[in-house]
Amino acid sequence: MGRYIQRRILISIPLLLAVTMLTFGLLQLTPGDPLDSYVPPDQPLPAAQRAALRHELGLDRPLPIRYLYWLKETLQGNLGYRAKNGDAVGPAILHRVGPTLLLMGTALVIGIGLGILLGIVAAVRQYSIFDMLLSLFAFFGISLPVYLAGLLGLYLFALRVGWFPAGGYSTPGVGFSLWDHIHHLILPAAIIAINYVASTMRYTRSAMGEALNQDYVRTARAKGLSERVVIGLHALRNALLPVATIVGAYLPNLLSGAVFIESIYSWPGMGRLFLDGVDSRDYPLIMGMTLILAVIILAANLLTDIAYALIDPRIRYG
Amino acid sequence: MAEPITVDERPARALTGDAEAALARRSVSLSPRRQALRRFLRARVAVTGLVLFVVIALLAIAAPLVARHSPDAIDLLARNQGPSWQHWFGTDRTGRDTFARTVYAGRVSLAVGFVAVAISVGIGAVLGALAGFFGGLTDGIVMRFTDLIMTFPPIVILLTLAAIAGPGVGMTMLIIGILNWPLPCRLVRAKFLAVREQEFILAARALGVPTRRIIVRHAFPSVLDVLIVYASLGIATAILLEAGLSFLGLGVQPPTPSWGNLLNVAQNVDILENQPWQWMPAGAAIILTVLAVNFIGDGLRDAFDPRTNG
Repeated sequence: MGRYIQRRILISIPLLLAVTMLTFGLLQLTPGDPLDSYVPPDQPLPAAQRAALRHELGLDRPLPIRYLYWLKETLQGNLGYRAKNGDAVGPAILHRVGPTLLLMGTALVIGIGLGILLGIVAAVRQYSIFDMLLSLFAFFGISLPVYLAGLLGLYLFALRVGWFPAGGYSTPGVGFSLWDHIHHLILPAAIIAINYVASTMRYTRSAMGEALNQDYVRTARAKGLSERVVIGLHALRNALLPVATIVGAYLPNLLSGAVFIESIYSWPGMGRLFLDGVDSRDYPLIMGMTLILAVIILAANLLTDIAYALIDPRIRYG
Repeated sequence: MAEPITVDERPARALTGDAEAALARRSVSLSPRRQALRRFLRARVAVTGLVLFVVIALLAIAAPLVARHSPDAIDLLARNQGPSWQHWFGTDRTGRDTFARTVYAGRVSLAVGFVAVAISVGIGAVLGALAGFFGGLTDGIVMRFTDLIMTFPPIVILLTLAAIAGPGVGMTMLIIGILNWPLPCRLVRAKFLAVREQEFILAARALGVPTRRIIVRHAFPSVLDVLIVYASLGIATAILLEAGLSFLGLGVQPPTPSWGNLLNVAQNVDILENQPWQWMPAGAAIILTVLAVNFIGDGLRDAFDPRTNG
C-alpha cells in the first residue's frame, strides 16, 4: 500500500507539469496584450512606460522562459502576484480554500448520507409506490442543473419564505457564532447536494438490489438473522463498493457546483475567486487556481482509491 | 430495463418454453401486474420524452410563427411588466417580450446542444476508432489525453477556455464540443478493441480490404448504437453546459437570447425576487428539455442493451 501511494504521487508530478504547461500555453493564445490586465483601462500608459513595465514583469521574454520562471517561483512556494491588485496569489487562494471545502464537504455528506439511506429503502421496498416516487425524484434531481436549483432555492427559501439568509458566509458585524455559520451554510450546501442525493440513491438502489439477490443473503436469512442485520451488515457492505466508485467521480463536479453556488450565494470561496480571475483576465491567479485545483483533484482521486481498499479487502494494490 | 421476454402483453400462460421459464425466474420478486406496470411506465416515459422534445423543438423552429413579438423589439413604455394577455410571460427591463425571447433562445440553446455533440462525437469517434483499432502507441497517447481531460472539473476547463477564446455562439459550441470528446472516444475505443479480434475483420483483412475501408465499413457500424445513446444523453449535458456558461456571462452574449443568458438576469436579487417571470420560463425550458432528452436517452439505452436492469 505504501509503495502504491508513493508511485501514484510520483505519477501525478508529470501530470501537474502537463496541466500547468497546457494552461500557460493556452493563456498566451488569448487575443489582446497580457499587459492590459495590469493597467486600469481608464488610465492608459505612455508607450515608453508600457515597455518598461513589460520588461519589469518579464513579459518581453519568450514563452518557455516565462513558464520556467513561473515554475521556479512556484516551487519556492510563491505563486506570483495578481495582475488586478498586486495581492500575492498563494495567500489569496489559501484564504478561500476553507469556505469552499466546507461547502463541498457538507454537500457531500448530505448527498451521500441521504442518498445511501433512501437508496436502501428503495431497494428493500422495490417497485413500491415509495420506490417509484423516489425514482421520479431522482430523475428530476439529476436533470436539475445546480445553478437553476440555486436560483430556485434562493427565491423560495430565502426571499419568499425567509427561512435562510440570502447568501453570504456569516452575518456581517456580528461576532463569531456557530449557529450563524450553519444557518448560512445549510441552504447552499443542500442545493449542491440535490444532484448527489439523486445519483447516490440510484446507484445504491441498483447495487443493493443486486446484493439482496445473492446467495449469501439467502444464507444469512436462512440461518435466522434479523432482516436488519442481513441488510445493514451483509448486503450493504457489498453494495457500498460500486457506490464508492461513483463518489470518487463526484469530486470534479462538486467543484463545478461550488463555482455556481458561490456566485449565486455570494459565498467567499475559490469558485468566486476563479470567476473573478477569469473576468479580469488575471493570468497569475488563473495559473495558481489551476495548479491548486489539480492538486486537490489528484489527491481526492488517490483518497478514493485508498478508500476502495479499506471497504473491500479483496482489493490489494501492489 | 428490458425484460428477457419479448411477448409483453400476453398473459403468462400463453407463453411458451423458454420465455415462460424466463418469466418464472424473474417473477420470484415481482408479480406479473407489477412487471407489466414497470414495462408500461418505462416505455411510456421514453415516448413522453420524445413527444415533449418534439414539441419544444417545433416551438423553437417555428419561433417567428409562435411569438407575437420580435425578441429584440424594445418597448420602453412596457418595462418589467408581469404576464398579461399582451405579453404571456411579461417583459424585461427594456420592455422586450419574455415569451418571444424564451422561444427564440430555444433555437440557440438547441443548436449549441446539437452542434457541440456533433463535434465531440466526431472527434471522439475518429480518435477512439484509431486508438482501438491500432492499439499500441496510438492508443496510449489518446488514452492518456482523455485521462488528462477527464480528471479536471469541466467548469474549470470551460471557464479557462471561455476566458481564452472569448464568448459567442460559435465559440461556445466549439468549447463544449472539445471538452466532451473523451467519453465517446473511450466508448468507441472499447468497442473497437473487441471488434478488431473478430473473424469478419480477419476475413476482410485476408481479402485485402484497405484498413480505412475496414474501419469505416466493417468495424464502425458496431459502435453506432453506443454513439446514438451517447449523443442523446450528450445533448442534455451540452445544453446544461451552455446554460451554465451563459448564466455566468461567459457563453452566448446578449442581445442574442439563449436559455442560459436569460437566467443571467436572476443574478440581480431584485429581479430574482420581484420579476420571476423574467427568468423562470428559461429555467423551465432547460429542465423540460433536459428531462425529455434524458428520458429518450434512457429509453434508447434500454432498447439497445437487453442486459440493462434497474
